[in-house]
Amino acid sequence: MARKTLYKKTSVLTDKIMHYCPGCAHSLTQKIIAELIEEMGLQKNTIFVAPVGCAVLLYDYIDCDTVEAAHGRAPAMATAIKRTRPDHFVVSYQGDGDLLSIGIAETIHAANRGENITVIFINNAIYGMTGGQMAPTTLIGQVTTTTQKGRNPETEGYPIRACELLNTLVAPYFIERVKLTSSADVIKAKKVLKKAFQNQLDGKGYSFVEVLAGCPTNWRMTPADANKWVDEKMTEFYPIKNFRDEGIVKEASKC
Amino acid sequence: MADNEKVLIKGNEAIAEAAVRAGCRGYFGYPITPQNEVPEYMSRRLPEVGGVFVQAESELASINMVYGATAAGVRAMTSSSSPGISLMQEGISYIAGAETPAVIMNMMRGGPGLGNIAPSQADYLQATKGGGHGDYNLIVFAPSTVQEIVDIVYNAFDVAFKYRNPVMILADGIMGQISEAVSMPPMRDPADIPDWALGNGKNRAVIKSLRLSPDDALAAHNKHLQEKLAKIRKEVVQSEEYKCDDADYVVVAYGTPARITKTVVDALREEGLKVGLFRPITIWPFPYDALKALSDRMSKNSSSKIFVAEMAQNQLEQDVRMAVEGKVAIDSFNRLGGVNFDEEDLFDFIKKSVK
Repeated sequence: MARKTLYKKTSVLTDKIMHYCPGCAHSLTQKIIAELIEEMGLQKNTIFVAPVGCAVLLYDYIDCDTVEAAHGRAPAMATAIKRTRPDHFVVSYQGDGDLLSIGIAETIHAANRGENITVIFINNAIYGMTGGQMAPTTLIGQVTTTTQKGRNPETEGYPIRACELLNTLVAPYFIERVKLTSSADVIKAKKVLKKAFQNQLDGKGYSFVEVLAGCPTNWRMTPADANKWVDEKMTEFYPIKNFRDEGIVKEASKC
Repeated sequence: MADNEKVLIKGNEAIAEAAVRAGCRGYFGYPITPQNEVPEYMSRRLPEVGGVFVQAESELASINMVYGATAAGVRAMTSSSSPGISLMQEGISYIAGAETPAVIMNMMRGGPGLGNIAPSQADYLQATKGGGHGDYNLIVFAPSTVQEIVDIVYNAFDVAFKYRNPVMILADGIMGQISEAVSMPPMRDPADIPDWALGNGKNRAVIKSLRLSPDDALAAHNKHLQEKLAKIRKEVVQSEEYKCDDADYVVVAYGTPARITKTVVDALREEGLKVGLFRPITIWPFPYDALKALSDRMSKNSSSKIFVAEMAQNQLEQDVRMAVEGKVAIDSFNRLGGVNFDEEDLFDFIKKSVK
């Protein structure tokens, strides 16, 4: 009986074994991105900007032109690349420390200028690459290596909500938060990312997709428990929803 | 303004116009005195030639925008003044490590800290000996007239792209504010996107400075960078000698102090003192060989002397000492804190010193 190929890895993904830990959402997100790049015929035309953090080795896995950014500066680089080479598809792929802590100024200002780029934000509520320190998105009470009794708002402040923050600006065109904890979520996330890609191709302006991501290693959990923690704890503070579509605010911000 | 026609133009505006004519199509900067005429000029001029002007949210963003644009093969620049240049140092190190080009103008003001907005040369060591982390060097040009600014800026993009190394133009605030008659070179078309750049259309480009594996990757990359820098040392170095042939006394100075020194040299020669000026045009690479040859000749006269005149505390002097190797006595003339000197100050200092 002849076998039929039902599924195969996209050729946009390299054959290199990913360094991401089991259960880490980076690998799944990058797979979806690579599939979309193939499906939308963008491989030759794409330039990724990947900054310091677990995001940085993206060029090992996705076979597209890529530039490494300094910590926090990816939206500034993406701005200049898109402005000077507007015929290219430019994606800034960043983690939470990068996007909301050291690079919060670049994040806000690229969004505020309405740059015609796509920003993908991996929010795992912790610093992964450096070994589990507090991130700007670490939840209240969450134990990290620098909040060993749990994040205390009196001394460490509150977690920052990226979508809600950017949704206070006038310029952005598209803002949505997704998760990847079930097959249905993955299918939904891919549709959202596709929209964020298409917006740029159509010259619509700034699109932002936040992915709630598990970091089982630094959360000290199994991948299954990490998924559960995303579903139960993270979505409570970071609701899964579209905040803005076609430049129209869907959900007024409560930052 | 027509090509090669003499025009009266301010240093800061001359930088901008010369860059546009050299094919610069991206300017990214953040306001800081005394160089604001550069972004102001670029904001109206670049759109006229299809270029991109972005007023960045900070100097951190500015330098990383330059990194982005040049990584994508586009001639791009930023300009700032001392505190802003300090903020850019991390980005400059990344650019040097990733081997992308960049043109960076530092119109120096008095420091340290917020300092003041008056002309200074106190960023010499930052510009020539590092500034950012890691083993790298900028190619640093030090113009002393507005015409020289134009010529250097016009050439700077070629140099930066040829060697894939950041180029800095280091000038004191006077150079930006002074207006002089210059002849502007012709408008050049922007160069093609190089094969190594992002979006070159020929081969996949990955631009990075992280080198984790194999274990010796970073060592090998550093070796390559040092070989490149050795080549630059030979090929880019430039200096000027003014009345040095028979000089018993030579002043080493760059930028505005070099202009003042020329007048002082002439005045001292009228008094019968054989004085000359040695002016580095590149301060990295520093013209060690030329200054060494000159000081070797001078060392035959035991009463000869070298003066270092700078608006900084013995910064240029460190390079002068390396070239002179102790063979000729050195006397320092320093003006700190954004304070310039006039001809009489240096004239009197030299006369007193050679008595």
